[in-house]
Amino acid sequence: MDQFIEQIVTGLSIGSILLLVALGLSIIYGSMGIINLAHGEFVMLGAYAAWVFHTYLGLGLLASLVPIFLVVAAFGWVIERYVLSLLNNRPLDTILATWGVGIMLQQAVRLSVGSELRYVQLPPALSDSMDVFGISVSSYRVFLFVASIALFGATWLLMNRTTVGMKLRAIIQDRSVAASFGINAKRVYALTFAYGAGLAGLAGALVSPLKSVSPDMGTGYVVDAFMVVVLGGVQSLAGTVASAFILGELSGGIAFLQNDTVAKAIVLLAIVVLIRFRPEGLFTARVRA
Amino acid sequence: MSISRRTLLRNTAALGAFAGAGLPHIWIKNADLAYAAGGEIKVGVLFSLTGTTAIIEESLNKATLLAIEEINAAGGIKGSKIVPIVEDPASDPATFSEKARKLVVGDKCVSVFGSYTSASRKAVLPVFERQNNLYWYPTLYEGRECSKNVIYTGAVPNQQQDEFVPWLVKKFGKKFYLIGSNYIYPKEENNYCKKLLEKLGGEVVAEEYVPLGHSEFSSVINKIRSTQPNVIFSTVVGDSVVALHRQYKAAGLDPEKMPMASLTTSENEVAAMGGEAAAGHFTSAPYFMVHKSPENEKFVEAYKKRWGADKVTHFVSEACYFQTYLFKQAVEKLATSDLTPPNIRDAVKGQSMIAPQGKVEIEPENLHTWLWPKIAQAKSNGQFEILVEAKEWLKPVPYAAYPGQSCTEKGLVEKS
Repeated sequence: MDQFIEQIVTGLSIGSILLLVALGLSIIYGSMGIINLAHGEFVMLGAYAAWVFHTYLGLGLLASLVPIFLVVAAFGWVIERYVLSLLNNRPLDTILATWGVGIMLQQAVRLSVGSELRYVQLPPALSDSMDVFGISVSSYRVFLFVASIALFGATWLLMNRTTVGMKLRAIIQDRSVAASFGINAKRVYALTFAYGAGLAGLAGALVSPLKSVSPDMGTGYVVDAFMVVVLGGVQSLAGTVASAFILGELSGGIAFLQNDTVAKAIVLLAIVVLIRFRPEGLFTARVRA
Repeated sequence: MSISRRTLLRNTAALGAFAGAGLPHIWIKNADLAYAAGGEIKVGVLFSLTGTTAIIEESLNKATLLAIEEINAAGGIKGSKIVPIVEDPASDPATFSEKARKLVVGDKCVSVFGSYTSASRKAVLPVFERQNNLYWYPTLYEGRECSKNVIYTGAVPNQQQDEFVPWLVKKFGKKFYLIGSNYIYPKEENNYCKKLLEKLGGEVVAEEYVPLGHSEFSSVINKIRSTQPNVIFSTVVGDSVVALHRQYKAAGLDPEKMPMASLTTSENEVAAMGGEAAAGHFTSAPYFMVHKSPENEKFVEAYKKRWGADKVTHFVSEACYFQTYLFKQAVEKLATSDLTPPNIRDAVKGQSMIAPQGKVEIEPENLHTWLWPKIAQAKSNGQFEILVEAKEWLKPVPYAAYPGQSCTEKGLVEKS
């Protein structure tokens, strides 16, 4: 029984990390329809930003979260403004462009700060473990869980309770009608992309103390993020949350019973089969066409 | 333009003159003179500067170049300068093979120093065997290879485990949890570990492999908790090592009761995971940065001076450094006209030198290296403390896990 609870908690932790990484992609892919292959590199930039703030400015991880969000969001804004907005309605070119941006970011980091693994310190206050349902869990993992739920909540409020969110939803339904009502679609898109990039950066910074920081760390995350978003259903934030935790429990559980190699294969296979029969994903937002 | 008779004649004459100058060269018995042309000896340096394994291979490139620069600054080899031709194989085995061919066939390098992963070594092997050239491989590896065209200067399983496993059993207990990355190296090392454990009456509670680049170890940690081994025997490589150590620490496991014993965690990985995550765990290798010897002090100082004070040396970069000096010693034994890859191979047999780790020697039988096994514990300052030093150096036995087979000068021999 203990083992079972332990494994459920582990799955929640894996799920929360998946949610952190997928949230930004869910916004960008779900609302703007942009397949952003540079998403992993935004995650990577966030991790490197954490390293820079820690090593050169002496800032702890928690203190540097807001600046990291702003820095990576600014980066995303620049890329939307000067690359992607010029490729409106050309989805294939957008995929190529974001892929290219990703490669350039990777190499830029490699050339400027070198390719060795970097070290980001675990916040000292969170370096112990604590009791959850009688199970000893790393405090930092609990913190990640809370952070991912909080970021989801903030994103949901932003989309559903603010003017920018309303404008964005209007644009998603019909861009030209929205524009005729005086909504500046370009500006809203740039802000949305920047927000998604900022979230990715935060995710990178938050996972860096548990994992490793290297120029090509993003490649793994972008695959995970796409699996979450595709399984959850495009345009459905709640679907992203559900699918992150489903995938977390599933891969954690199979890894415990078998091993991580098998878990990876089975999870991928399950998603492929599911997409075959439900191409829209598990959850779909009802939108009047 | 039409070709006039005059230009045709002139061109033909020029061609004839060119052939006269060029062709006989092919017929000279020792066309290999090209290997030491113009007081230069060309060697290839083939370590990934981009891609996944660049993280570690960059330091191998640096250690090799440092040795070459030192040799050249001290007058080269009998007056000839070593000219390194650096190629970037981008962590991709196919590119390794392509670049190796370019270095050997195109640039006519007399030897190539390169590779970190076994996959890349296997990829270039056919090039060196077909061209009868020479590859210098600095990494510890799984053994079970017997090529006449490779000089192996890293440790093979018996040199890392023969001292280590009995020591672990004695100190911590007989229950081992084997965890590795999912490819040939960890599987062969674990194979040998299981043989040793069998002799010692040990027990393997789990043997598990995670995908390369894996970074989520929470389920593994749950399994470790539920099986309660005495030792976690790790052959996880690359950035996964960092993730494993950090998550072990965050989960609140105690290295004093259940330490990780690694064959792959060096100063390089420790720097990336942070001293507090590494502290208390053990590594077995022939070299550690803190090893006390005049040769090592000189090496560490020169490396930091050349590449930056924050850089670390480790057991693979040390092998890169000393193998370049062994190359020099072998070339010194040869007359310039005899400078060919097979002759260098024959000359390096039995060559020895005082390396930073101690005296090393190339075993004539199998072209592997006699090394000094050491067991060390990581400290929170990012360095190791050497706990056990072998009293004698250890012979390389690349087929230690396969009693019927041995690597000899004639190649692989099977006793039936």
